[in-house]
Parts: sequence; structure tokens; C-alpha cells
Amino acid sequence: MNNETPRSIAAIQDEIIADFALLDDDAEMKVLYVMELGQKLPPMPDEDKTDENIVKGCQSRVWLTARLEGDRVYFTADSNTAITKGLVSLLIRIFNGQKPEAILASDLHFMNAIGMERFIGTQRTNGFSAMIRQMKMYALAFKTKMEIGS
Amino acid sequence: MAIPATLPTDIKKIREEFPVLSQKVNGRDLVYFDNAATSQKPRQVIQALIDYYQTTNANIHRGIHTLAERATKAYEETREAARAFINAESSEEIIFVRGVTEAINLVASSYGRAFLREGDEVIISALEHHSNIVPWQLICEQQKAKLRVIPVTDIGEIDLDAYGKLLSDRTRVVAVNHASNTLGTINPVAEITRMAHAHGAVVLVDGAQAGAHLDIDVRAIDCDFYCLSAHKMYGPTGTGILYGKKKLLDAMPPYQGGGEMIKDVTFEKTTYNELPYKFEAGTPNIADVIAYREAFRFILGLGRETIRAHEHDLLTYATERLTSMPSVKIIGTAPEKVGVVSFVVDGIHPFDIGQMLDARGIAVRTGHHCTQPLMDRYEIEGTVRASFAVYNTKEEIDRLAEGLQRVINFVK
Repeated sequence: MNNETPRSIAAIQDEIIADFALLDDDAEMKVLYVMELGQKLPPMPDEDKTDENIVKGCQSRVWLTARLEGDRVYFTADSNTAITKGLVSLLIRIFNGQKPEAILASDLHFMNAIGMERFIGTQRTNGFSAMIRQMKMYALAFKTKMEIGS
Repeated sequence: MAIPATLPTDIKKIREEFPVLSQKVNGRDLVYFDNAATSQKPRQVIQALIDYYQTTNANIHRGIHTLAERATKAYEETREAARAFINAESSEEIIFVRGVTEAINLVASSYGRAFLREGDEVIISALEHHSNIVPWQLICEQQKAKLRVIPVTDIGEIDLDAYGKLLSDRTRVVAVNHASNTLGTINPVAEITRMAHAHGAVVLVDGAQAGAHLDIDVRAIDCDFYCLSAHKMYGPTGTGILYGKKKLLDAMPPYQGGGEMIKDVTFEKTTYNELPYKFEAGTPNIADVIAYREAFRFILGLGRETIRAHEHDLLTYATERLTSMPSVKIIGTAPEKVGVVSFVVDGIHPFDIGQMLDARGIAVRTGHHCTQPLMDRYEIEGTVRASFAVYNTKEEIDRLAEGLQRVINFVK
């Protein structure tokens, strides 16, 4: 169990923005970097890659699961496309280890700052919103569960 | 081929006619390889649109004022140009539609309602675009007719033996494409038509992927219907033609009701206008139809043999380049193809390739290309498709190969 207090969602977003700023606004470098991030994502067990865990609204296939450890949320994900896997890894970096209420209250702004729509296109950007929605749904479910449990 | 391929210097001149091609995308010169989805437009087409709105704009056929006369004349000139382009017998046989999708829906709905009965059969091929599948499914369901599908071979050709076995005296309609949008295969439409006619069936040919690339002679093919989309052949979006043999079009009921398609209207009974107006209800897409004429002129001005020779060179070169890459597999290797190369790469999803190529300024198509049954046939989710037009060059194919190699190197 991870007991250390994670950095704030805002701080991690700033870190991502700073990372992308090193890429000289070059679309190819950004795409390659995103793919590289995807390659580093911890693997998801095959048995979790079920139709039930597919995020609806993505053109690529994205599987997403979440678990609550103490009062913190942890996500696991995979995708059949490398870029989408990289994109979901950004969200996992931001949200893993946060409290459900912090995820629910979060306002993600790093996408605009890194010019995401320009290098991944509108369709994938829509899919990205679907991933965020699904992660917040999990957070809401965990928050509700914790409230009922207490 | 007797006529030599166009020289590279000529291609440079042709490219200058396409303003959109001279831009940079993601910092690099645009390489436009999505021509099977839509082609770019030459200046003369763009100018015709501007001229129409600046000097002519008027509703056609009903007005008697000068602008209406001028617009009507220009509109009907395109009909004549279309007739000549496909060698139809009469311009009455040319109906303006929004594009191939509407043309097929028109025939499926109008011909289908009038002539398809329970137990009748419609034959399509496994190579068809969804727009030549779904309209037939809809009408077959409505009329309790049966949809049969000709399989394709491993290299992507229609299996003519299987087709022969599917044909029967219950066959009423055969609908196939002239060239496949996903694989590029050119289908033997004259042979397919001859076989269908022997069983008394009518034939519709979807010419969406032939318009910009092949010589089209509907009388030589002897098909009963032929469809074209303007925007895939250097013309504007939102228009196209349906060719139909006059005796069939005469026998078919109107598809849509409204102005223009009527002779007399009373609440008791309406009589319909003659061909082709019977099938052109409402104010048509006048501007785009008028500009469409310039697309025919552009193609004929270059010469269809010259275009075909150049695109064939590009296809051969692209096929060689891609075949030499071990992890690339071309889907669709029929000997007769238009300039379409569909491929998959081991271990890399087509979307990722498409995105990486876009980052290098190269526009390709990725996915199922509106041919999901065909993807199922090859047990793949999708492909990357590069499709060529007359303004493309071998240097651009080199850029594609370089970009592809870079993705492959990165992932391996």
C-alpha cells in the first residue's frame, strides 16, 4: 500500500507541460514521446481486458480498471494502439494515488498547454475526454462507497 | 502501354494547378495520399464556383430572366459533359445526385420498390463499400428479398466462379464497384454485367473509385446503372451522377417528390416530369454541378491514358518500396488495380501509423475504409491506405516509405 502523499494534480500537470515544452513544438517528437510513455505503462493483466472494461467513446480500444487502496484510487489501463496507450498513461500519472474527491474536483488543463489536439487530432481528443469521464466515474463510485461505508 | 508516362516536369505544372498542395503540414511539405476519400481541386474548378456565385447565381429551369437562363444553360452543359465522359447515349440518362451514396439509394429504393418481390435476390460482392451494401440490405428487408454476397479471393479479386454459381433466375439486381476503394482492385464489370444479363438481372456499377482514374464507357460495359461522385474526381463535394438506361429510368417511380420533378399537380393526382427531371426533385446543387464540368475538362484535358499511366507508375513504385519492408504486408495484390495501396504493419496499429505519418505532413487513411465485411474477410481490424492521384510523385512515395521506416524502427 502506498501511504506517501502524492503531489497535487496541479503540480503533476505542470510537470507534464514542462516535459512537452522540451519537444520544440515538433508534432513528430510529441507523438513519439507519447508512444514512449505508453511503452512504459505497467502491463495490464489479460483477464482485465474484457468488453466490460472498454472505455466507450474511444475509436481505439482502451481497457480501464480502478481499485481503491485505503482512501486512494489506482488505475490500470491498456490500449490496442500505442498512442492511445501513451495518452492514458498521462492520465494515470496524474490520477494514480489521488483521493476520489481530488479526482472529481480536478480540472485538467494540460491538454491545451501541450497542444494535444494539434498533434493527435479531434477524434482522439474526444476519446481522451471519454477516458477522463470514465476515470471520474470510478472516482465517484469510490467516493460513494466510502461515504456509505463510513 | 503505348502512351508514355507523364514526365516529372509536367507533374510539377499539374501540381501548380492545385493551390492546396503547396502548403506545409507540421512543418513539412504536404503529401496528400488520401485521394480515394476525396481528391484535391484544380484552380479551374474553384474558379468556376467563384464565377458562378459572382456572375450567375439563379434558380434553374423555371425562371425566364437572363441569369436563370445562363444558370440553366451551364447546368445542362454539365449534364452533356457527363454524358460524353461516360459515353451514355442520351443526356436524359444522366441524373444529378449528391454522390454515389445517393445514386445507389435512389436505385435501390425506386427500382427495388417497383421490381423486387419476395424471394427475389440481389447480389453484391464482399469488396463493396458500405454505401453499396446498406441500401440493398434496407430494400431487401422491406421487400423480403435476399441479399447474396460474392466472395473475394485472397489477392482481392471478385471470385467469378462463385458469382456464376450465385446467379439464378431469382437474381434481379447485381451491384458491384468498378474499382475497390480499399484494395484498388479493378473489377471486370463488363463480364459481370454480361453474366447478370444472361439471367435477366440488371447491373449497377459503383464508379466512385473509377471516375478519376479509368476510361468509362457505359455502353461498352452495358451496365444498367453507373454512379459517380464529383469530389473523388477533382470536382466539388455534394454532387455526382447516376446514369441509368432510359427504358429502366422511365419504368421506375420517382424517388423523392417536390418541385422540378412534376408536370402537373392537383390534390387528386400528380403527373411527373420527363427524364431526367423526374428524379431531380427540388432546387439542385446548381453551383457544384456547374463547377463539376471543369472536373471533366481537367481529366480529359490531361488525357485518361496519361493519368492512368502515371498512376500506374506510382502504384508499381509504391508496391516495390513497401514490399521491400519485411514487416509490411500489402492487402490486395490483384494484377489490375487503380492507384491504391492498403497495408498492415506487424505489431503496429494502423491508427498509430496514420498519426505518425501526419506528424510528418503525410495524409493517409487508416481504419476499415467503410468496408468492414472486407476487413473481416482478411481477419484484420483495418489498414493504412495510400491512394494516389495524378499530382502525386515518386518523391512523395519515398517520404511515405521513410516515415513508415521511422515508426517501425521506433517500435521495434
